Amino acid sequence: MSSMANGLELTLPAEWAKAKVLSVQEYTLLSLQSIANIFRKPVYFADMVQQADLIGWGSLPIVVLTGFFTGGVLALQSSNTLERFGSITLIGQLVSTSMVRELGPVLTALMVAGRNSSGMASELGSMVVTEQIDAMRALGTDPMKKLVTPRVTATVFMLFFLTIISDLVGIFGGLFIAKLILTLDASQYLHNAWQTLVFQDVFMGLIKPVVFGFIIATIGCYYGMTSRGGTQGVGRATTQAVVAASVLILLVDLLITKLLMAVLSFR
Amino acid sequence: MSAPTLPLEHGVETPRSPHAPAIVFEDVHIAFGDNQVLRGVSFTLPAGETKAMFGVAGSGKSTILKLTLGLMRPDAGRILVLGNEITEMREEDLFPVRGHLGMVFQEGALFDSLTVAENVAFRLIEEKGVYDEATDRKVREALRFVELEHTLNMLPSELSGGMRRRVAIARAIITEPELVLYDSPTGGLDPVTSNTIVELIMKQRDVYKSSSLLVTHRLQDAFTMATHQFDPKKNELKALPRGQYCDVPMSFLILRDGKVIFDGDIHELAHTKNEYIKEYIS
Repeated sequence: MSSMANGLELTLPAEWAKAKVLSVQEYTLLSLQSIANIFRKPVYFADMVQQADLIGWGSLPIVVLTGFFTGGVLALQSSNTLERFGSITLIGQLVSTSMVRELGPVLTALMVAGRNSSGMASELGSMVVTEQIDAMRALGTDPMKKLVTPRVTATVFMLFFLTIISDLVGIFGGLFIAKLILTLDASQYLHNAWQTLVFQDVFMGLIKPVVFGFIIATIGCYYGMTSRGGTQGVGRATTQAVVAASVLILLVDLLITKLLMAVLSFR
Repeated sequence: MSAPTLPLEHGVETPRSPHAPAIVFEDVHIAFGDNQVLRGVSFTLPAGETKAMFGVAGSGKSTILKLTLGLMRPDAGRILVLGNEITEMREEDLFPVRGHLGMVFQEGALFDSLTVAENVAFRLIEEKGVYDEATDRKVREALRFVELEHTLNMLPSELSGGMRRRVAIARAIITEPELVLYDSPTGGLDPVTSNTIVELIMKQRDVYKSSSLLVTHRLQDAFTMATHQFDPKKNELKALPRGQYCDVPMSFLILRDGKVIFDGDIHELAHTKNEYIKEYIS
């Protein structure tokens, strides 16, 4: 129940809470359906490949740039502290561990969320407001199978590889700074960076993009498929998708890190 | 009320008899929040008939079309489409039923990232997985029907409003559906383009004998449809003498305040005593 006063709509807390619960319910349903549809016919393989190209290849430049500069700045920022303790040679170790465990997956996910969650929300949102989704259903095609599942599978698959690329480029970004500015030995840097990585680091770094990819795509698709109110509604959905995906990525990152540290008995 | 049925592909059933109703609405109610849009709507669309639906804006005309397609669910009442009760049907069971229906949306609702050919072929590509020669032949045939064969490789954004509606008609009829739903197909178009669209709807009715439910605000379109027939030999409309109007499978449905206030043919409409309807059609 809402009350109107001087053109301003006031929403009661109960109604607000109900709307939020409904949103969570709808989002959960969309997420489950997107997974279940992978095992149901028809499977839109061509659409998956097309989305993988758009999401993976299209995001490569920003992911490479982000990874490189993050690795570089990490080396630069930590050099001062490490130098004070006489451990400047450990810079490779620090950069590789930070990139593989944390910064690679999270920053790649945030960049891909900014680019693709918004893209999905605006594309699907425009289709909703111009009745293209209704038209698709009327023509006997399930939009969840045709539009949502290919985006989810493509994002999960491509984010995994984008994160590996980002990790690698980040380590080379650190090397670039270590060699050119800090005048450290390149082979020592690489040796340290390689030797320090253990199974737990790599496992944690590769589990995260799978979960983040799922969040990016399902949030983008959810806001797109539920957008209302014409072009203004599509704009709102686009913004909300990026904000929600980014916040959820950071929140889930914290939870996954804590969980995996406990499960994998981290050093 | 339901017609004898014959199992089809995907376990979907469709009317066996050509005289079985294409659509049956029984006491259908639907509300959006506090707004009660339909308050016990009941009507029947016999197979092969075209029914023109009128009513002021917000009277629930487009809602009836969406309910028929199963895009919305009623709060109460029953809906039968081609002999199938769709009221409680699951979404995945509705897709095969929709395969026997064609829908022309108000603004065409063409997929803007696909070409005209891909839009028209959408259903066939979904069935076969590819755009093959047979599909191309059917697409050209459907586009020839709406006289837009030359637009094959164009994008919807390159077409005028009238052309988009005609492409939407081609997309709706390519699989020769038993029932076609039109949502204001002539809305916002100039009179010449509107007449072309009306002619296409009549061509579909008189040549392919499909059932149609048509939402329109233009009374003159519906009257043209009730007083003319399409002559396939001359490829033009033929005005019928007054005594032969009853030969045209055409009826009228008028909605007011979420209820059906008129459901009948052109004679009944012309002789109605209802003051509101008299004023509406005057």
